Amino acid sequence: MQHIIEQFREQVRAAARDGRALCIRGGGSKDWYGQQLDGDILDTRAYRGIVDYEPTELVITARCGTPLAEIEAALLEQRQMLAFEPPHFGAASTLGGAIAAGLSGPRRAGSGALRDFVLGARLLDGKGEVLGFGGQVMKNVAGYDVARLLAGSLGTLGVLLEVSVKVLPIPVAETTLRFALGEPDAIRMLNEWAGQPLPVSASCWHDGMLALRLSGARAAVDDAVRSLGGEVMPDCAAFWVGVREQRHAFFMRSLDDDAALWRLSLPSTAGPIALGSQLIEWGGAQRWLRAPGDAATAQHIRSVVAAAGGHATLFRGGDKSVGVFQPLAPAIARIHARLKAGFDPANIFNPGRMV
Amino acid sequence: MLPSIEVDPIRRAEVARALRAVLPERCVLADPEDTRPYECDGLAAYRQLPMVVTLPDDEAQVQAILQVCRTLHVPIVPRGAGTGLSGGAQPLADGVVISTARLNRILKLEPYARRATVQPGVRNLAISEAAAPFGLYYAPDPSSQIACTIGGNVAENSGGVHCLKYGLTVHNVLRVRVCTIEGDVIELGGEALDAPGLDLLAVFIGSEGMLGIVTEVTVKLVPKPAMAQVIMASFADVAAGGNAVASVIAAGIIPAGLEMMDRTSSRMVEPFVKAGYDLDAAAILLCEADGTALEVAEEIERMAAVLTEAGASAITVSQNEAERLRFWSGRKNAFPAAGRISPDYYCMDGTIPRKHLAHVLARIEEMEGIYGLRCANVFHAGDGNMHPLILFDANQPGELQRAEDFGAAILALCVEVGGTITGEHGVGVEKIDSMCVQFGARELEAFFTLKRAFDPGMLLNPNKAIPTLNRCAELGRMRVSGGVLPFAGLPRF
Repeated sequence: MQHIIEQFREQVRAAARDGRALCIRGGGSKDWYGQQLDGDILDTRAYRGIVDYEPTELVITARCGTPLAEIEAALLEQRQMLAFEPPHFGAASTLGGAIAAGLSGPRRAGSGALRDFVLGARLLDGKGEVLGFGGQVMKNVAGYDVARLLAGSLGTLGVLLEVSVKVLPIPVAETTLRFALGEPDAIRMLNEWAGQPLPVSASCWHDGMLALRLSGARAAVDDAVRSLGGEVMPDCAAFWVGVREQRHAFFMRSLDDDAALWRLSLPSTAGPIALGSQLIEWGGAQRWLRAPGDAATAQHIRSVVAAAGGHATLFRGGDKSVGVFQPLAPAIARIHARLKAGFDPANIFNPGRMV
Repeated sequence: MLPSIEVDPIRRAEVARALRAVLPERCVLADPEDTRPYECDGLAAYRQLPMVVTLPDDEAQVQAILQVCRTLHVPIVPRGAGTGLSGGAQPLADGVVISTARLNRILKLEPYARRATVQPGVRNLAISEAAAPFGLYYAPDPSSQIACTIGGNVAENSGGVHCLKYGLTVHNVLRVRVCTIEGDVIELGGEALDAPGLDLLAVFIGSEGMLGIVTEVTVKLVPKPAMAQVIMASFADVAAGGNAVASVIAAGIIPAGLEMMDRTSSRMVEPFVKAGYDLDAAAILLCEADGTALEVAEEIERMAAVLTEAGASAITVSQNEAERLRFWSGRKNAFPAAGRISPDYYCMDGTIPRKHLAHVLARIEEMEGIYGLRCANVFHAGDGNMHPLILFDANQPGELQRAEDFGAAILALCVEVGGTITGEHGVGVEKIDSMCVQFGARELEAFFTLKRAFDPGMLLNPNKAIPTLNRCAELGRMRVSGGVLPFAGLPRF
């Protein structure tokens, strides 16, 4: 495997020398995400394989090009999981791509975000040097927590070579309940439930129907089913995969017309946001919106969402020239620019993807 | 231990004058009589009188202090309760201490949103106390939580005995508001679950006061479990205890707490706390379940079965809250107990992959012979964080040096088996040379790149946590003189 790192290194050094951009790419399943792809492809898929997995340590270490499906299959054999439930968006999805994209799935509000589970990483920086941060242990405060900074950095700081992530046991019991609720009531109930010791592991509201997943010890789930009421939903596993992979009818429709898909990240308690048809996850903290992706709409959405304490991402479709991500405060943008210049002095790694 | 440096009185007068021009008189301490209490933190062997101490009342004053320091090029050392054990708040002879003592208000407590927004000087436990009427609490519980502040927790990414299940500070902080050395006020994170751009919040937490001065912290509050019960299990050898921990995890159980003590530790604490420990056992495991009554009963039954299967020679389940707290008391008071039986002790804080536990403990036992010193081991078994306590007497010629060498050898061993030199106490000044064992020149350079992105003039808590290459040879260790730890009665770890 060392020879593959040497190839990556050569490619990085040549690109830095010639001032040519590199587009770091795994399975390409999220090519549509982010601002813009630039440059020659640096294909991470050859650098693959699980390096170390000890179920009793609750840690898996794998190379960036390892298919996410392969990781999940290995974990499943030991009845463990990636608790941040990352969306794949295609069979080709790799671990490196998932970490770089930083996206978490339905379990996020209950179990934590992808970055919460990142314990360590090896990175090929813009000078072609391999750096190691963090490690394979859960408690580690030696040095700045650069490994977590790399989660969601969209490949702008370097080539993520290897990642160690914390894994968790698959809950013993899992049940999904369904409630007929309007948007304001659903948001209120989700926040009230979150303040009680209930084993809520996912939620999804759309069009008057709230689905609530409960996961944990058998007794805890049974208790919650009794106290919450609602209707037990059959075949719920497929439902949650559909939400995670955006194959739910709400998302499929949005691909049919001109509408773009916006991701609104909000305080979970924010009341209904009157911007159009939405699907609400994460106990109210993540809301998907179908709306046009033009400049005027973008400005309106961003001002409404910012006033509610959140930010909006033009997730799929639309006119990317309006800015995929909510603009940063100038002082924070300055810190970003210095980090980028430090890790990638020749500005070759995915230069336009996060701007 | 570094020699204390004289404060230059002319420079002190100049800096104090500039600070008094922008702050009320009572917020600036420059007389050595007033600044003496700030000469050390929990790493009491290292003492240095600060040039000036400031106690700002609000964010505007923090900004004013930073501006004066930037203009006069004065280094800054932030300080919370001063309970840190790695010397992160150790003052500088040419530096200004910013104490958060007066920034001690809970600004907002929002039960419906399960959030609290507090100033950095608010004590960790005070947040949970304020949230208790709503059935909520702030999960990270470092053992010093009655005294330590949330600002210090953010600086150190503090853990606690329940972090295997509930996470560290980084998992429980939603937002920080920060004064930068360049004069800006920035917010990292937010009330939503994520923020645009790079995850600067994640890297800010645990940055040991080197990236900015926190003026507000918004923490996540979580529902308090209805009840908890703990199992105390005895094992005839430590390897069996270590394997039992692995078996619990392999059974798909994440206990709320999972702690281990070796015989030296249990014999050390028992006379002190009378917890009823099995003093013949080579290792004692404490394994806690929390949740609803039914859930706890189910988990205790599963854990007891696994522990029995793993060879536990005795199993006791706490029957009430008083008993549960008594089982824990010995574990939480291991440090004060060490101070009672030994003139001095020196605490280590390495983390190892758990599978190497038996090997590491055997190597530590060998080292006891090599260095001629005893070592008691307490261990956050669930997450692999070890706290070997090296017992020594500084009045015996050569013992301090042997203790320091022993400690350095343990940290090197932690790194050798794939672990880390510090799990939760931070690097500070204490472990700065051990950083060179764990990281190479390139990583250290990357850390400085990150530091300069926030603090181009390198004024915030300089010369801590990240060693320059030519500093790598310096020595520094926690040492407790005469068995006296500052806040000696405070439970630890």
